[in-house]
Amino acid sequence: MKRLCLQNKNSELFTLTYGALVTQLCKDYENDEEVNKQLDKMGYNIGVRLIEDFLARSSIGRCQDFRETADVIAKVAFKMYLGITPSVTNWSPAGDEFSLILENNPLVDFVELPDNHSTLVYSSLLCGVLRGALEMVQMAVDVRFAQDTLRGDSVTEIRMKFIKRIEENLPAGDE
Amino acid sequence: MADEAPFQFLHNEVLQYIYKSAENGETDNGRNIAKLENMGFRVGQGLMERLTKDTARFKDELDIMKFVCKDFWTCVFKKQIDNLRTNHQGIYVLQDNKFRLLSQLSAGKQYLEQAPKYLAFTCGLVRGALSNLGVKSIVTAEVSVMPACVSDHKMIRKIFS
Repeated sequence: MKRLCLQNKNSELFTLTYGALVTQLCKDYENDEEVNKQLDKMGYNIGVRLIEDFLARSSIGRCQDFRETADVIAKVAFKMYLGITPSVTNWSPAGDEFSLILENNPLVDFVELPDNHSTLVYSSLLCGVLRGALEMVQMAVDVRFAQDTLRGDSVTEIRMKFIKRIEENLPAGDE
Repeated sequence: MADEAPFQFLHNEVLQYIYKSAENGETDNGRNIAKLENMGFRVGQGLMERLTKDTARFKDELDIMKFVCKDFWTCVFKKQIDNLRTNHQGIYVLQDNKFRLLSQLSAGKQYLEQAPKYLAFTCGLVRGALSNLGVKSIVTAEVSVMPACVSDHKMIRKIFS
């Protein structure tokens, strides 16, 4: 068992609460796919609000390209909210897809998946958060887990793909 | 150093989920509150277990309550309880003048009606934390809003041991 000092305890509150939520969802829904979808949806709802908090507190300006976005996500956002800095790797040749590698995922501390939940993507909330947050800054992205330590992989890998720029909707009558 | 925003956002989302997924009807409010309280209970137990792993045993009940007011509250809400009162017969009142989870709500009548939803998880948290220390309790909370000139939100909790 890790020795945890008081400073880490707030992330434990989040981790434990998240665990309680997943447990509740598994009770409410028949299958893992439904739970994954629900977690993703909740993450999306969080993401669209979290982005405002992030922009207000980080004073990061508009990113010039997807590479800069990736760096900001890994080095500023993850660090600020979860206290970890994933590495950014595996860029596609077109520069529209990359991976975030998490050596350890705070959401899964002390978590073990029971046998009858082999298709549960426990941290699905994160995918929704990233998708929702980026949508608010005019980026449509696809986010999924490529590797998951809970499913036996050595690291957790989140794959992010840029789909398209979302045009800002101007009210009728504006130039 | 972990941030408190993720928990606050998650707590809000959990609230929305519990209330949305319930059937419509007045009678369900009690069930939803209970669901939230139970979730908080499990989290409180786990949290207290890790928090006190390397701590010496507590001298008495008051010692436990002081720990809840200082260390536990700081761990969860990044601040201490502002005021602790007791009748020395098992009832404790913990007062938080700026309860974090209510800070998003604006003042007004509908705010007071909604407040129990926002307190349920935390009540469970405290009950779970105490349970981990071998203390059986009933935790209730109430909110009283200060006069308009002051924007503090008071939360008073009574604990019957």
